[in-house]
Amino acid sequence: MELLSRNYFELFGLPTQFRIDSDRLDQNYRKLQSEFHPDRFVSGSASEQKQSFQVAAHVNDAYRTLKHPTQRARYLLKLRGVDTLEESNTAMPADFLMKQMEWREAIEEAKNDHNLAELDNLLQLMKVTSKDYLSKLETDLADDKDLVSASSIVRKLSFVDKVTSDIEQIIIGIED
Amino acid sequence: MALLQISEPGMSAAPHKHNLAVGIDLGTTNSLVATVRSGMSTVLQDEHGHALLPSVVRYLENNGVEVGHDAQAQQSTDPTNTIVSVKRFMGRGLKDIANRAHIPYRFVENTNKESNGMLQIETRVGNKSPVEISAEILKTLRTRAEKALGGELTGAVITVPAYFDEAQRQATKDAARLAGIHVLRLLNEPTAAAVAYGLDNASEGVYVIYDLGGGTFDISVLRLSKGVFEVLATNGDSALGGDDFDHRIFCWILDQIRLKVPNFSPLSEEDTRLLLTKSRQAKEWLTDNYESQITCKLSNGYFVDITLNVSQFNEFTQNLVSKTLNPTRKAIRDAGLSLDEINGVVLVGGATRMPHIRHAVADFFKQEPLTNLDPDKVVALGAAIQANVLAGNRSDKDLLLLDVTPLSLGLETMGGLVEKIIPRNATLPVARAQEFTTFKDGQTAMSFHVLQGERELVSDCRSLAKFELRGIPPMAAGAARIRVTFQIDADGLLSVSAKEQTSGLESHVVVKPSYGLSDEEIGNMLKSSFLAAENDKQARAVREAQVEAARLLESITFAMDQDADKILSPDEKEAIYSQMEALKEIMKSDDSQAINRATEKLNKSTESFAARRMDASVTKALAGQNLDSLEI
Repeated sequence: MELLSRNYFELFGLPTQFRIDSDRLDQNYRKLQSEFHPDRFVSGSASEQKQSFQVAAHVNDAYRTLKHPTQRARYLLKLRGVDTLEESNTAMPADFLMKQMEWREAIEEAKNDHNLAELDNLLQLMKVTSKDYLSKLETDLADDKDLVSASSIVRKLSFVDKVTSDIEQIIIGIED
Repeated sequence: MALLQISEPGMSAAPHKHNLAVGIDLGTTNSLVATVRSGMSTVLQDEHGHALLPSVVRYLENNGVEVGHDAQAQQSTDPTNTIVSVKRFMGRGLKDIANRAHIPYRFVENTNKESNGMLQIETRVGNKSPVEISAEILKTLRTRAEKALGGELTGAVITVPAYFDEAQRQATKDAARLAGIHVLRLLNEPTAAAVAYGLDNASEGVYVIYDLGGGTFDISVLRLSKGVFEVLATNGDSALGGDDFDHRIFCWILDQIRLKVPNFSPLSEEDTRLLLTKSRQAKEWLTDNYESQITCKLSNGYFVDITLNVSQFNEFTQNLVSKTLNPTRKAIRDAGLSLDEINGVVLVGGATRMPHIRHAVADFFKQEPLTNLDPDKVVALGAAIQANVLAGNRSDKDLLLLDVTPLSLGLETMGGLVEKIIPRNATLPVARAQEFTTFKDGQTAMSFHVLQGERELVSDCRSLAKFELRGIPPMAAGAARIRVTFQIDADGLLSVSAKEQTSGLESHVVVKPSYGLSDEEIGNMLKSSFLAAENDKQARAVREAQVEAARLLESITFAMDQDADKILSPDEKEAIYSQMEALKEIMKSDDSQAINRATEKLNKSTESFAARRMDASVTKALAGQNLDSLEI
């Protein structure tokens, strides 16, 4: 199917750029699923059912990628031929490494003290940090201004995302 | 008065035909069947006017089976042959069952290797699996529905707890198959409730469904927008429900007796069931009263006479209430929401009638929960609405349910760790792939262990299946590329396949959970339940082949009428039409295999037509938007 080979932005009728109209993404996601979800093909032929599964799963994947800013940036960079190399390129600037260590220490301390309020503060801090990076990312990615810098920000953002989910896990662990 | 419906021309494959479809709530305590009549979802009653069918099955001396109120009436006199709350055992092994000592059944380990694990219950007519017992409940509901609707059912939507895992879902689907019901979809109970609630109240926004049933607890967070019900996150506990509150009262009664009679003898099975029933009645009484008198005579002549008041009850069940709040917090966190973004909280399930549950929910969400639909019926009503849509009776495309998978799925990797492939709360359907490689030089086989759960260690997750990929060409360690694909369909059921990329060697494995039943076992159960003679079986096969062929012809005729001229060349059109004619001819025969072959052939040859129709409909779906959104 031709639609499986479209890039995710085109699939949702959006311009291929980092800044997206989130409401339109939501709307068009629902429109596409209303058309292709397996529930629409319960009485269809076996090939229709198989294809509707493929399309609906693809649309879900595409939606999740575009909805999440770090993933969206990574995907856009890939379209532009830039691999963000998160697995292999672990070199980070010294100031980021310092921040990283501070965060880890603060989390460890709050975890040991079962300090939920402090963990919530740290979550907020991650949110703010991530917002900061996202606005830089938007500048770098506008008109493909600086793809190398954008790629390094994506690596930092992945790290921030990872810390965020670690904090959430710890909170859940304490609440249990 | 309900308005009559008129479908849009050309929207429905067969507008003249109303397909008989029902929604079934297969509950721990009670089960219901509902359908949409004249545009209204209604629960169907039995001949005595009962809507609720107690989920109780009793096996009789004469090989007969009693289901519902009659069986329930005998639960204390015939406890080992009268199975209540069988849902708690679906897809479960002996080691999964808590409080086993207080359940008056004779559990048996299943000896069949293929389905290793799912427990059985010894009754006077032999060992019964929870799947067979549930099938009896489903058969009763099917008969009720067919009587009320005056015809054979096209299919049913059957609800399951959102937090049911793979094994429990598969067991439910198997039970439907045993009962001769075509499952249109397995639907999550809180999502069904949201449909009934949302459509009734024309709601928009974010809603939380708090569903505490007899044996399961679910929490789902949904966004409702113009008929689309999008589940954002779900969580729960598939072994927590009203039964546990009964059990607490039961334990409390025993404690009280032992205070007076220190060496009170162990209870008989009859007495256990009797006290559990008294406990349930006391719990229900306390919903509207300050205290409850518990009186009964045990088989050893001991007379129980105790008073339980609300504050005692609340105190010793408080931690059950808090046990529901942890999953609630997790679901809201996973949905990425704060409490003030939640527009409403809907209570579902009979156990939410308990006042201290209502207070706890109100306190937690800082708003009064919504209870304007009967918490016992709302799930069945929603399931019926979805069944009506899936059966093609509703022509508008307003209603769409986007559900999620409740638990993460992954594979075992080195060191007994789980690598997650599909995270919890991924929207269905979903397909994810990941590459793995060999550990040793010249390794030609790889074994995979599929797991479900949130924990990092294999031993903490539920094992679903193990399979092997053989014949990998010998290569240096780390050179092979084995791509493993996980797919979860709209019923929430998983299939896994593995493919060696460099050689193109492929191995598809449909995962059957270890707690499921093998096809052979189901076949045997079907045989013994229908005692089908050989020619009966053949007639059945022919009938099934014809139904399948007719279904395919109907859907292709519809598609051809709509799009053949636009999409196909005259030659392609001709080819499909001639195969349709061929199938119509073969259908008249009683050769089921020939019919199936022709059906399969027609299916194959319309594949590219179907694909091109899908491509065309993307354009249609996004058409009519402002051009500025399409600028590059």
